[in-house]
Amino acid sequence: MASETKVKKKKKKNLNNTGYLFVAPFVIVFLIFNVYPVLRTLYLSFTDYKGFGDAIFSGGANYSRVLHDKFFWRALGNTAKIWGVNIVLQLGLALLLTIVFSDIKYKIRGLGIFRALYYLPNLIAATSVAFLFKTLLDWRYGTINQMLMGIGMMKNPVDWLGSPGTAPYVISVISAWMWFGNSFIMLMAGVQGISRDYFEAAAIDGAGRFKVFTKITMPLLRPIMLYVGITSLIGGLQMFDLPFLISGGTGGKPSGSTQTVVMYLYKFGFETNQVGFASAIAYVLFAIILVFSVIQFKAMYGKKKGEVA
Amino acid sequence: MATKVKRSLIYIALILLAVICLLPFALMMINATRTGPEIVKSFTLVPGVALRDNWETVSGYFDLFRGMLNSVSVALPSTLLTSYFSALAAYALVMYAFKGNKVISTTIVIFMMIPGQLSLIGFYDLITNLGMIDTYWPLILPAVASPGVVFFLRQYLEGSLQPALVEAARIDGATEIHIFHKIILPLMSPGIATMAIGAFVGSWNNYLIPLILLNSPDKFTLPVMIASLNSSQDITRNQGAIYLAVAISVIPILIAFAFLSKYIIGSISAGGVKE
Repeated sequence: MASETKVKKKKKKNLNNTGYLFVAPFVIVFLIFNVYPVLRTLYLSFTDYKGFGDAIFSGGANYSRVLHDKFFWRALGNTAKIWGVNIVLQLGLALLLTIVFSDIKYKIRGLGIFRALYYLPNLIAATSVAFLFKTLLDWRYGTINQMLMGIGMMKNPVDWLGSPGTAPYVISVISAWMWFGNSFIMLMAGVQGISRDYFEAAAIDGAGRFKVFTKITMPLLRPIMLYVGITSLIGGLQMFDLPFLISGGTGGKPSGSTQTVVMYLYKFGFETNQVGFASAIAYVLFAIILVFSVIQFKAMYGKKKGEVA
Repeated sequence: MATKVKRSLIYIALILLAVICLLPFALMMINATRTGPEIVKSFTLVPGVALRDNWETVSGYFDLFRGMLNSVSVALPSTLLTSYFSALAAYALVMYAFKGNKVISTTIVIFMMIPGQLSLIGFYDLITNLGMIDTYWPLILPAVASPGVVFFLRQYLEGSLQPALVEAARIDGATEIHIFHKIILPLMSPGIATMAIGAFVGSWNNYLIPLILLNSPDKFTLPVMIASLNSSQDITRNQGAIYLAVAISVIPILIAFAFLSKYIIGSISAGGVKE
């Protein structure tokens, strides 16, 4: 009897070792390429590292420089503005489409094909999207100005990407164009997870469309809206490719109006070699993302605790 | 009757939105066949005849097929590594109750929420110290560890794995790795396929990391190559060529999407897990 347990124990131990063996490649590469760089950035943020030579400890100097740097705050403001307008358009449109496609009265067909078409812009590399729109939006020679003037919507060409009053918002609209399909698919998946019984029961009770939306769809969609919101926030505050390529560099032309935080970070980390300072920018941005994620979480769940799914 | 009218209006709006999604790509393809001066003068939906000339300008400027080949040689091995090792790790986390299992699972969730820019500087520093700058290793090797994919596949496996199946195979004397290859991998293949497509597209479209790591133009991946158009000044003369270059970079993805859209949309609906 005793020996039998021993054999079983030994077998279990062997199985555990197999578990370690199977998870080992993941864990090793994860530690080297994911965990270590994050910690290394943290360490460098407390030094005056220039990308070569020794990294000399400089305490919180980089952090105080970030917090007093008006150009950092400008970049953060730009990022928030670009992301903010984008998320309103993106989520608003996605929500509207979700309502339309989940309406049991209208029974809109073709969800599959519309979903695929709306998602398409998301699949294209941001570099290609940037050059496409940069060329289409060219002030003098761009096709978009020609079209708008052709149908009589404008008299004179608008310098969309050349004026600080329009350039950031053009980037918001392009981002929303790229991402609304993605949000729509996720919200739609959320709605399809809601039992049809709810909608049918509401219809029998004579609930209006607005009531169905506020009392059934929205509350049940809350977890997925939160997920979409937070992932979009994390991605949006790191925006780089699109504004970097459309404005043609880290300066954020025109007059710095499209310079995002990661463009600012890139400038110091890879162009002027103030690596320590760039690392501090990364961590300050992380802290800001964290605070906003918590606020967003609280805002959506604050009133009803314990409902967190 | 009112419902019918409203429904028609909804369809018109939906189709209009679809047109807005497609129009830039259509204009791109049409303009790719027109000469610079034609594009500058007016827009049209009728293709031009300058495709060959534009192609000559593009191929004189850079070798896009080289870029495509480079992108494939990064994206393909990355996707294979991500798929295999994420499946293996997910299986280990579900099937074996070893010490540290919980810690690994929690760390994975935490790292899914950590923004990539946090590791950018440290990653570049690490790659410099490893002497891997201007090679494809740092673009491929990290694919072995994709926290998001492991997370998704773990959920997937928890829903579909029957431990009795594994027990039966063990009694028949199959080794653990054999069980993984012969039973688990086929079982997980739909989940792996959705994640693999996402991983491939992510790697194919990646710009920032290759931008900081690659120096030699002949090693540039497609997005980095396209981005080098920024240094071509004379946009008037080159517009047709720019459209053509962008079109060539986009067409492979459009073709792939035509065949795989179901899986791609499935992967977003399924877990909403990035990459």
